[in-house]
Amino acid sequence: MTQAFRIENGGLINRDKKLSFKFNGKTYFGYEGDTLASALLANGVHLVGRSFKYHRPRGFFGAGVDEPYAIVQLYRNGETEPNIKATEQELFEGLEAKSVNCWPSVNFDIGAINNFLKIFLPAGFYYKTFMWPKSFWYRIYEPFIRKAAGLGVASTKHDNERYEHKYEYCDLLIAGSGPSGLAGAYAAAKNGAKVILAEDKPRFGGSLLTSDVNIGNQSGKDWAQGIIAELKTMPNVVVKNRSQIFGYYDHNMLVMSEKVSDHLPATKKYHPNKRLWYIRAKEVLISSGSIERPIVFGNNDTPGVMLSSAAKEYLKVYGVLVGRKPLVFTNNDSGYETAIELKKHGVDSVILDSRKNPESEIIDEAKNLGINIKNSFVVVAAQGYKKVKSADIASISEDKKQLGKIENIQCDCICVSGFWTPTIHLASQSGNKTKFKEEIDAFVPGQSKQNEITLGAANGVFSLEETLKTSFTAGSELSKKITENDNKIAIPNVVEKKSSQHDKFWCVPLPKGKNYKRFLDFQNDVAVSDVEIALREGYRSIEHVKRYTTLGMATDQGKTSNLNGLQLVSEIENKVVPAVGHTTFRPPYTPVSIGAIVGREVGKHSKPTRKSPMHSWHEKNNAVFVDAGVWLRPRYYKKGNENLFEASKREAKNVRTNVGVCDVTTLGKIDVKGPDAAELLNRVYTNAWLKLPVGKARYGVMLREDGIVMDDGTTTRISENHYHMTTTTAQAANVLSHLEYYLQLVWPELNVNVVSTTEQWAGAAIAGPKSRDLLQKLFPNSDVSNEGLPFMGYMEGDLFGVKARIFRISFSGELAYEVNVESDYGNFMWEKIIEVGEEFNIQPYGTEALSTLRIEMGHVAGSELDGRTIPFDNALDGLVSKKKDFIGKRSLQRSAFIAEDRQRIVGVVPLDKQTSIPEGSHLVKDDKAPLPNPKLGHISASCWSVEYDNPFSLAILKDGKNMIGQKLFAMSPLKNKVIPVEIVSSHYVDPKGERVRS
Amino acid sequence: MLYINCPHCGMRSQNEFSYGGDASVKRPELNKEVSDEEWDNFVYNRKSLRGKHLELWQHISGCRQWIKVERDTATHAIFRTFKADEEVA
Repeated sequence: MTQAFRIENGGLINRDKKLSFKFNGKTYFGYEGDTLASALLANGVHLVGRSFKYHRPRGFFGAGVDEPYAIVQLYRNGETEPNIKATEQELFEGLEAKSVNCWPSVNFDIGAINNFLKIFLPAGFYYKTFMWPKSFWYRIYEPFIRKAAGLGVASTKHDNERYEHKYEYCDLLIAGSGPSGLAGAYAAAKNGAKVILAEDKPRFGGSLLTSDVNIGNQSGKDWAQGIIAELKTMPNVVVKNRSQIFGYYDHNMLVMSEKVSDHLPATKKYHPNKRLWYIRAKEVLISSGSIERPIVFGNNDTPGVMLSSAAKEYLKVYGVLVGRKPLVFTNNDSGYETAIELKKHGVDSVILDSRKNPESEIIDEAKNLGINIKNSFVVVAAQGYKKVKSADIASISEDKKQLGKIENIQCDCICVSGFWTPTIHLASQSGNKTKFKEEIDAFVPGQSKQNEITLGAANGVFSLEETLKTSFTAGSELSKKITENDNKIAIPNVVEKKSSQHDKFWCVPLPKGKNYKRFLDFQNDVAVSDVEIALREGYRSIEHVKRYTTLGMATDQGKTSNLNGLQLVSEIENKVVPAVGHTTFRPPYTPVSIGAIVGREVGKHSKPTRKSPMHSWHEKNNAVFVDAGVWLRPRYYKKGNENLFEASKREAKNVRTNVGVCDVTTLGKIDVKGPDAAELLNRVYTNAWLKLPVGKARYGVMLREDGIVMDDGTTTRISENHYHMTTTTAQAANVLSHLEYYLQLVWPELNVNVVSTTEQWAGAAIAGPKSRDLLQKLFPNSDVSNEGLPFMGYMEGDLFGVKARIFRISFSGELAYEVNVESDYGNFMWEKIIEVGEEFNIQPYGTEALSTLRIEMGHVAGSELDGRTIPFDNALDGLVSKKKDFIGKRSLQRSAFIAEDRQRIVGVVPLDKQTSIPEGSHLVKDDKAPLPNPKLGHISASCWSVEYDNPFSLAILKDGKNMIGQKLFAMSPLKNKVIPVEIVSSHYVDPKGERVRS
Repeated sequence: MLYINCPHCGMRSQNEFSYGGDASVKRPELNKEVSDEEWDNFVYNRKSLRGKHLELWQHISGCRQWIKVERDTATHAIFRTFKADEEVA
């Protein structure tokens, strides 16, 4: 294929590097530096897709972020990405793209039938039609809407690209590298300020790349290149292209998405695909420029109708002609600039200007070039289906209400300019209340809310001279405040042509007897008639009109349609535009990949993985791990072909008959030190702590102020003013914050310090009837007899030369100990325990066996302390002191908490002694009762009792205390199970607790 | 994202802190008779203010100190910050 619409010379593309690419299966060529859009246009391809609702043919409308039409499905390096704007996607060798929203092909699209049914698809169509009958919703309407909705197709594969986050601080952040951004950056940089200059396009320079101006005796483009080259050499300046600042958040935090790799055939090794920058800026200069807005006329969505500025950009940046017989339709001088550029390349256009007889330097130049200009003329409608073939034009009366005689002229494109809309998104997001500027018929930023200033076209200033002056000054002043340097910059002289006032005209009236669709929003197919319907039906707020008609929604967020929509509403409502107001600008300014937002926090990277010092031993010994919060803990140690059930049963049984060892390093540990440590514990725990002697441990329960159990654990008095507190693995961080809260804010008079020591100690629980024999062999010099180290006793010991802490505490309900050594000796300790324990048939046990052991003993854990239970519910009311006050005590007097039939923990055994009860099952009286069956309680934890060799569960049951012996049903609709059960004591094994004291 | 001036560490991003609610709430003294209403007000009842609000934050990924922050709930403007034991005038 030849690039028939590429001019011989000119443009900023690299003509030495030809690139091949595929669009809808067909191979084309472009050049390095092209966008997909410019390369397609160079090949004369104008039909790129189908519209959202009516499936009308879609071409190119813009040349950048504002593009509402040219949305494609991109294929790159074995992956696919939907909703890519062809105007933003840079060309690379081997690029493949396809049209979206069309079937079977973009040329013949069956959905286009909607175009003929459009009378049935007005605003609010979905809301009105799919209301009834209700049963149709799931089977017919929803699947239909889902199929019809959306543009591209998301990949279902795992995204192998890498996305990074970066945090940055700077003195001055500049959004946009047009004349204003460059001047501001340069002045601030010269004052030594730390500057970040962000440009969303690949090329710096903004409007200077396409405008015919002179700065300091150079072309605008050359001046921009010079400034950028100098900025790049300065160590205090970061210049970033392909980087869109899309969000302005609180306290001058802005977020920028940098496309690192999208312009390459594949992401380079070790490079991210995108990098998200969180930038905290002292000052922000918003120099985001402006976007040309269209004039509304009949069939203005036909491929070949595009913004005049886009036509100029395709010509000047990419060397591409958007047509050979262009019609320029304008209400201001910008259209003339496009026509002049086209003329310079030998293309004659016809200018239709809605104004009667405007005068300016630019218009004079056009006249001198002999361009055909028709004043007080408008395009009534574009003609042609898949491409503009001609235009119906007519003169228009001074009041813009009457059309003259309609004539048809041949053309292959219509370049339209309805003046400029400042890009105020970032300013508005910052909290700035925008104001309407009559002279330009658009909103501009008002009073600054944060440390932000908006300059240049984004502020509604279209004179280059003024833009440069204000921006150089702002750059100097803002940086001077921060760096206290004051290096004067000479502001270069500017040569630009003066423009005349634009015409407030924005919409061509319908000629008599014609019913052309006149589109406001091209991406969502919202026409003038749709907004008229919404207003007729009573929608008044612009926010409601937006949502009812979808005006300004979807991926372009109405960058070209919002203002015209407002004009229409204000006309119908007979209000001025500022009284109608604009819809809220919310981040992001342009769509941002979800991958970029997520960054590296995917899979295992979403949280750090914590491993105990004995982890490698567990791995070597066939441990199967389970996530316990951020920790990895052995769930069971697999022997041969054992499954989880068999292994955990074996391990638990071995604890009950011999001795087992369990890695308990993950338990939260907090050192509590100071003369008032006992007093703190006494206030934090529900039981009494003032008389705990040195060398003794105690089990404690702590509440929140609302009376709900927060955590439990043992705390040991190591020395006079030193306590070693343990918490559950899950609550460790919360308990520390809780203690700090009371020490710092509520009782600062207490002389206590707390610090987390979780990672300082490795812990091993040694449990089982033979544990004392083993312990004695591990600590031959210590007296670990029942008298020497009684239940809840503590001592220090010497483990083959390593200092160890020995606690006689038990979670398993067996005679048991916990040995702690400093973390670095953890593996040494573990290997010694295994080695010495061999003669006692020691086996390691994992969390599954640990659970089994604690469940059949009726010991509560996280599944019972679930943030909804009080001490009574967990049969811990015996630990609640009646004498002293403590955190949450007052709440325990609440009527619900002292109710006679208060829920309480019970044991549950299936009547058949065979069927395991799924956790979460509901306990009900009558399994045949109509739904919703009154729930009496729920199963909190289930295990296979190794003591009795049958299933056993714990449950929190209403009036549990009086339910022992009752027969109920455990129902699990999820598992589709109904199990007849008997309620028993939660202390299923060793109810008197003799083993731990043996 | 808020930028909070920790009185101990200086300006830090919000993601280093965790929120701790209304700082003007005073816990009733220990061992004191407290009416149901008084206790309810302490545990549950909070004003959802629009405007200046004195609240607690903990510099959880920093110095771990609880601090008081005077913040506008509507604009997120932070006026002043205080150490835990500082009197707020």
